[in-house]
Amino acid sequence: MTTTPTEADEPSGAGTTDVPAPAGPTGSGRAARVLTYVLGRLTTAVVSLFAVIVAGFFLFRILPGDPVRAMTEGREVSAEQREELRRQFGLDQPLWQQFLDYAAGLLRLDLGTSFQYREPVVDLILERLGPTLLLAGTGTVIAALLGLFLGARAGWKPGGRGDRVNTAVALFFWSVPTFWLGLLLIVLLSSGRGFMPGLFPTGGMVDPRASGTLETVLSTAQHMVLPVVTMVAVIYAQYLMIMRSSLMDEKGADYLTTARAKGLRDTLVRRRHAVPNALLPTVTLIFLNLGQVVSGVILVETVFSWPGLGQLFYSGLRVPDLGLVQGLFVVFAASVILMNLLADLVYPLLDPRVRP
Amino acid sequence: MKTQHPPSGTLLRRTAASGSALLLLGGLTAVPALADEADRTTLTIAIAQQVDSFNPFTAQLAVTTNILRHVYDSLTTVNPETNEPEPSLAESWETSDDGLTWTFNIRDDAYFTDGEQLTAEDVAWTFNTMMENDSAAIANGNYVAGFETVTVEDETTVVIELDEPQATMESLRVPIVPQHVWEPIIEAEGDAFSDYTADEFPTVGSGPFVLTEHSRGEHIRLEANPDHWRGAPGFDELYFRYYSEKDAAVEALRSGEVSFVYELTDAQVTSLETVDDIAVNIADGKRFQAFTINPGAETQDGEEFGDGHPALSDRTLRQAIVMGIDNEEIVQQGANGQAVAAGGYIPPRYADFHWSPEGEDAVLDFDPDAANEMLDEAGYETGDDGVRVSPDGDRLELRMHVHADRPDNVQAGLVIAERLADIGIEIDNQTVDPGILSDALYDAEYDLIFTGWTVNPDPDYVFSIHTCDALPSEPGTMQGDAYFCDEEYDELYAAQLAEYDREARAEIIHQLQEVLYREAVVNVLAYPNIMEAYRTDHIAEIQLEPAEGGNIWGQDGYWAWWSAEPAEALASGGGSGSSGVSTGVLIGVGAGVLVLLAAGAFLFFRRRSTVEDRE
Repeated sequence: MTTTPTEADEPSGAGTTDVPAPAGPTGSGRAARVLTYVLGRLTTAVVSLFAVIVAGFFLFRILPGDPVRAMTEGREVSAEQREELRRQFGLDQPLWQQFLDYAAGLLRLDLGTSFQYREPVVDLILERLGPTLLLAGTGTVIAALLGLFLGARAGWKPGGRGDRVNTAVALFFWSVPTFWLGLLLIVLLSSGRGFMPGLFPTGGMVDPRASGTLETVLSTAQHMVLPVVTMVAVIYAQYLMIMRSSLMDEKGADYLTTARAKGLRDTLVRRRHAVPNALLPTVTLIFLNLGQVVSGVILVETVFSWPGLGQLFYSGLRVPDLGLVQGLFVVFAASVILMNLLADLVYPLLDPRVRP
Repeated sequence: MKTQHPPSGTLLRRTAASGSALLLLGGLTAVPALADEADRTTLTIAIAQQVDSFNPFTAQLAVTTNILRHVYDSLTTVNPETNEPEPSLAESWETSDDGLTWTFNIRDDAYFTDGEQLTAEDVAWTFNTMMENDSAAIANGNYVAGFETVTVEDETTVVIELDEPQATMESLRVPIVPQHVWEPIIEAEGDAFSDYTADEFPTVGSGPFVLTEHSRGEHIRLEANPDHWRGAPGFDELYFRYYSEKDAAVEALRSGEVSFVYELTDAQVTSLETVDDIAVNIADGKRFQAFTINPGAETQDGEEFGDGHPALSDRTLRQAIVMGIDNEEIVQQGANGQAVAAGGYIPPRYADFHWSPEGEDAVLDFDPDAANEMLDEAGYETGDDGVRVSPDGDRLELRMHVHADRPDNVQAGLVIAERLADIGIEIDNQTVDPGILSDALYDAEYDLIFTGWTVNPDPDYVFSIHTCDALPSEPGTMQGDAYFCDEEYDELYAAQLAEYDREARAEIIHQLQEVLYREAVVNVLAYPNIMEAYRTDHIAEIQLEPAEGGNIWGQDGYWAWWSAEPAEALASGGGSGSSGVSTGVLIGVGAGVLVLLAAGAFLFFRRRSTVEDRE
């Protein structure tokens, strides 16, 4: 695979190379290095995943509380009924046996059965994955675009009025508790108090009475507005700050002076030369956040009763529904690991300085 | 009104061509269609708990058992006026003289929703299945534990033979299922029956509603069964919609998206009381809030375990602790007045079973001076730091486990710690997660611990958990919740279970409560009120259970949703939620589309600029 040369291919002014620059682009040495690099990253990912699986299993078993007692709490059940449940959940088996069963199941991509839903955990997760990806994906994309856009402006003229206002606003929302912001938006925009009409639904993903594709799409869009706004407001600050500082680093670079010397307008210098280079550090952040997309919206989903993975996790933790929470834990962790792996693999394509 | 909306394909193409205006128009045409769909009267209820299963043999959780009560009839129900057992599927019943043979006469006008008649065969099959198959006994096995045989005498007569008399026979809250539907399922599922979640809709039951839809974490839909023998329900359909956050559910009630919310806090009630078109229902509590004192945990074989404070095996100390606490103060401080101070075990809403210490019996009323005196006399001397020391030399520093997830408990815990300091007892207040609290209880590693139970019209179960039989067979397996064991109590318990005369049984139940009160292991603090609210522009009238001071959610019968009548505004103006908010919906959809368009435009320009860069 070859990479098309871009501007970034030329070592930048400071000439900071993390990895010794490749001696030459040809030869089997290069291919071997790439292969070693890829294999190394893959191994790390597999080892991390294994550690997560083991840790997840035992971690949730240390959780205080007993699933059977919690599920039957307040109900008039006999000791025999509890024993029967314990047997069905496999909780009467020794811990090592439970772990072996679990591990054997994982090899078949079977994450076990949820205690409270009495359904395979895999089915439950697949059922909820769509709504979470929809909400979190939209939120992440908008937050990243907004953050990068504003960050580029702020970082170009640090200390200016735009920078101060933008940074202050972003940091304000960043420090606001998600839960509180969500409820505040519901109170202001949903419940129809005083002269304010109820503009948006208070929760859920779609009106159950909506029929037909169009109605469903519109209803979903309307239900998405508040959760997405909440999510974007809380997280866009990190993109803004990274972009801002990254752009400030690039500001003094020699190639910008060259660009200016060519007579380019300031906006063009920023857009065409500074921003593309400054974008690099944000790539890692975006990949990291994509990994967290599936797990990162637990609070937003809870406030807005969004039927996604976060809400599922929340309902599982209260029991504790061991099969469900450890299954989700593995999926959450795996997605972060996978995205990290992708970032590791994609980064060298974008930045020749870190090429093996 | 009939509305035609364009096929989505063409709309998409047009949107691609001309942008926002048309999509907004699409919103305009779609919204009236939403309202139009809902010509039927809909009652929407906000719920939070997930569904474990709609299999009536295995469903455990409160939400599911509650919903299944509307789908499957049981032999008897509870009279909403008197709280006493009342005929349902069984028109009448007789008992043999020895109280061991019960003959139930099944009504001949009950039909399942697939048209088949419900007969004695279905009743007997339901009970027999639970007796023979452990997987089918998970939810309601406790009701049939004392059954010897269940036989069909004729189409409308079922005979149940018991091992020994059982006073709960008039309140068998077991859903009766159609044999012709469930027998094949049990055969097909075999050992996997416990995992069978019955998610095929519509369900076939004999109750006033049919379960027609379940979208996990979103909603559950029930439609009225117009042919129910008791008469058709007032509403055409019930929607149970998920709100994971109670505060969000309260806002949905304000906006009219839901018609009913329950399990409110006093702060939520206060905020709703003044809102137009919303009625708050404050009902007499079904629940008692208590703390128990570890009297020294033992297994049934007398093996001691746990690490309870040794001095607490002394009844005098336990009684002094109870006397040191002012239940009235706990009601005011902890529950903001939304509770009733307690003495006896059974809440006053069950008037005949309720017992309250009065006059000479009220030996443990709040009286710190008398408590101090008692402790002085019993040899608990006060140390230099103001904390007493037991005659055996143990300092009276007691751990107290409090449910962190119940704000009223947390407040009550603070009050108790303060009051007990007045009688020389130091409290180590451990406000913890329910899981930690539960572990402490079952491992007997506590001194004082909070508990509470919801009491059913038949109180047998809440008494059974304090018999010696409820002690753990080995540490960690306790059936009850207090390590209480008392011979006199056990005798009284057996006597009430065998007493079929309600008045005589109530008398024994009073005595049981007196023993509990005197022994001061299980100490009831208060009966919290039930707080719920509904929209009066959705629901015109609704039956409370009991009629005076009763609740709507969690009734033992299906009275509330069966009796609820739609308000005029709702009946003429379409379903709940779609009236009055349509402008909101429009603006909302518009704003949503704008956000998406803005994002799209932004993306577009970004792409263009990178394209420029590449040039």
